[in-house]
Amino acid sequence: MRRLRIARNIRLGIKTLLVHKLRSLLTVLGVVFGVGSVISMLGVGEGASREALGQIRKLGSNNIILRATKPVEDEQASAERVLMSMYGLLYEDEQRIRETMSSAVQRTVPVKQVREQGRLGERAIELRVLGTTAGWFDLVNRRVVAGRVLSQRDVDQRAAVCVLTEHGARRLLATRHTIGELIRIGGNCLQVIGIVRSEQSGGSIQTPDQHVDAYIPLDLAREQYGDMTIRRSAGASERELVELHMILVQVCSTDQVRPTAKAIEWMLKRFHKKEDYRIDVPLALLRQAEATKHTFNIVLGSIAGISLLVGGIGIMNIMLASVTERTREIGIRRAIGAKRRQIIGQFLIETVVLSTVGGLIGTGVGMMTPWLITYFAGMPTVVPVYAIVLSLGISVGVGILFGLYPAVRAARLDPIVALRHE
Amino acid sequence: MTGPPPSPGGDSPGRRTVIRLQDVHKVYHMGGTRVPALAGVTLSIHEGAFWAITGPSGSGKSTMLNLLGCLDRPTHGRYLLNGQDVGALSDDALSELRLRELGFVFQSFNLIPQLTVQENIELPLFYLGWDSAESAQRAGELADMVGLADRLEHRPTELSGGEQQRVAIARALANDPAVILADEPTGNLDSATGTQIMQLLAELNRGGKTIAMVTHETEIAAHAGHHLRLRDGHIDAIEGGD
Repeated sequence: MRRLRIARNIRLGIKTLLVHKLRSLLTVLGVVFGVGSVISMLGVGEGASREALGQIRKLGSNNIILRATKPVEDEQASAERVLMSMYGLLYEDEQRIRETMSSAVQRTVPVKQVREQGRLGERAIELRVLGTTAGWFDLVNRRVVAGRVLSQRDVDQRAAVCVLTEHGARRLLATRHTIGELIRIGGNCLQVIGIVRSEQSGGSIQTPDQHVDAYIPLDLAREQYGDMTIRRSAGASERELVELHMILVQVCSTDQVRPTAKAIEWMLKRFHKKEDYRIDVPLALLRQAEATKHTFNIVLGSIAGISLLVGGIGIMNIMLASVTERTREIGIRRAIGAKRRQIIGQFLIETVVLSTVGGLIGTGVGMMTPWLITYFAGMPTVVPVYAIVLSLGISVGVGILFGLYPAVRAARLDPIVALRHE
Repeated sequence: MTGPPPSPGGDSPGRRTVIRLQDVHKVYHMGGTRVPALAGVTLSIHEGAFWAITGPSGSGKSTMLNLLGCLDRPTHGRYLLNGQDVGALSDDALSELRLRELGFVFQSFNLIPQLTVQENIELPLFYLGWDSAESAQRAGELADMVGLADRLEHRPTELSGGEQQRVAIARALANDPAVILADEPTGNLDSATGTQIMQLLAELNRGGKTIAMVTHETEIAAHAGHHLRLRDGHIDAIEGGD
């Protein structure tokens, strides 16, 4: 019975609102844009942060990544055509970390980068090859597309084998049938033993295997290609001596990550005269990304609050106008026997219908926009369920909050005065 | 006629008193000055009677109708409607009393413009909590009675003044009230249409409805069996009293 009454009241409210279609539509727009922008912003933000978090997780939260970087002074020196710049991580660094921090460090993976001309059949192209150990494939865990990855034996025996990344295979026009064939890298012939997935996605976070074409045993790289690279560009040649380009350090447990990173930093500082290395701690990045996301949500929440407030004020404004305009109707209803709370109910239902319809349309808009962004701009977006539930809940709340005052004002009218109203 | 079952005892000698006013005063305060609108009115209206209340403007007609309509409470004195003391009731209780015991017919019809004829007639039933099937049936019967059965889906603005007033009368009858209060029911109508409306009211009265009507036209007042003339808040004359 009571539920039936509410259903009839809602139907009546919708009917009344439909009398002024344009006005109701315009009133609703505030909430539509409020809810719509909140949901789409949350969708874009959530998508971006999920992508960032996903990338960071791919780096491994228990890992520390040391990279060789060219120090600033060398950068300037090379402009003055100095013969050779020496920088980067040393074989000793890797050894020291492995030996002195054995309690916290589970394993270290030294990585040496080689840039050489590669040739597969007719195809010749410059390759970025990483000389590394079998441990790499445990730390940078990627799906093996075909064949197998480097084994400890390959590494120990300096076997003349190489594993292509999907990226490298694509560039070399290699397929799964290439496995077993020989590929020429610089002056050496190596047998292709497998193809692995590689993470090439852009973004602010650099994965260790980004733009890598192939992997070969570390000692093979060291022996056959040496530590010196000569880069020729625009007529000038630039020589660099780098022992290791990267060291991956896997720490036993997550809570050991920070102290270990600190210890490594301290150690490197002691043994390197220049700051020719960089320490990336994915866990720290993860924490940072989470903190950023949190801040982002707070900012977004405030914007949401403000836009819904504006929408609510718009609704209240129109409802106050509506109450004035319908003073006589209120008088008639009161004379017929409507109680004050029934008048309040009637006007409150109208505002809640307005704000809820606004919320629903806004949700539609809010879900469409991220989809369009993904479709046209290729940006990942995720509309979280909580955003929809929250926005709808808040729009209903806005209706009640901002409808209450006009409704109470309507109910407070003296029926005699209201009936005389022109 | 169809519509509400006629109240019993319309012609019995010991008729029930529906409205009893005992020394009713109403004083308004306007900017600190006391403006007496009614000064000691005593009146009994029996079931099935048709009263016309007339008087010059400022005589207290409107105040009297507001009091009778339970839209206002007397400053002093007692008003009993169907035995209930109106002066002691809360706003909610007054609303309930209007809902169950009274039906209003206004000079300017006062239909709700966004509702159809049927929905306007159903309005009291809506507040009484009738379900939609029952109230639709009752609205149909009442529209038929006032001769507007084919206009149920129309909006008030699509009707003539006479038709609108018929809808208002149908609405006033929907809750089968003890008293119908009419405030210048013909004031916005031409005389021919006004006469038709008066005939409809007279017919309702013959069916047993108690009617109290405020008017300033003596011709219109002549349709009523009883005539109360007010002057300066006092009863000036009663004609055809019982």
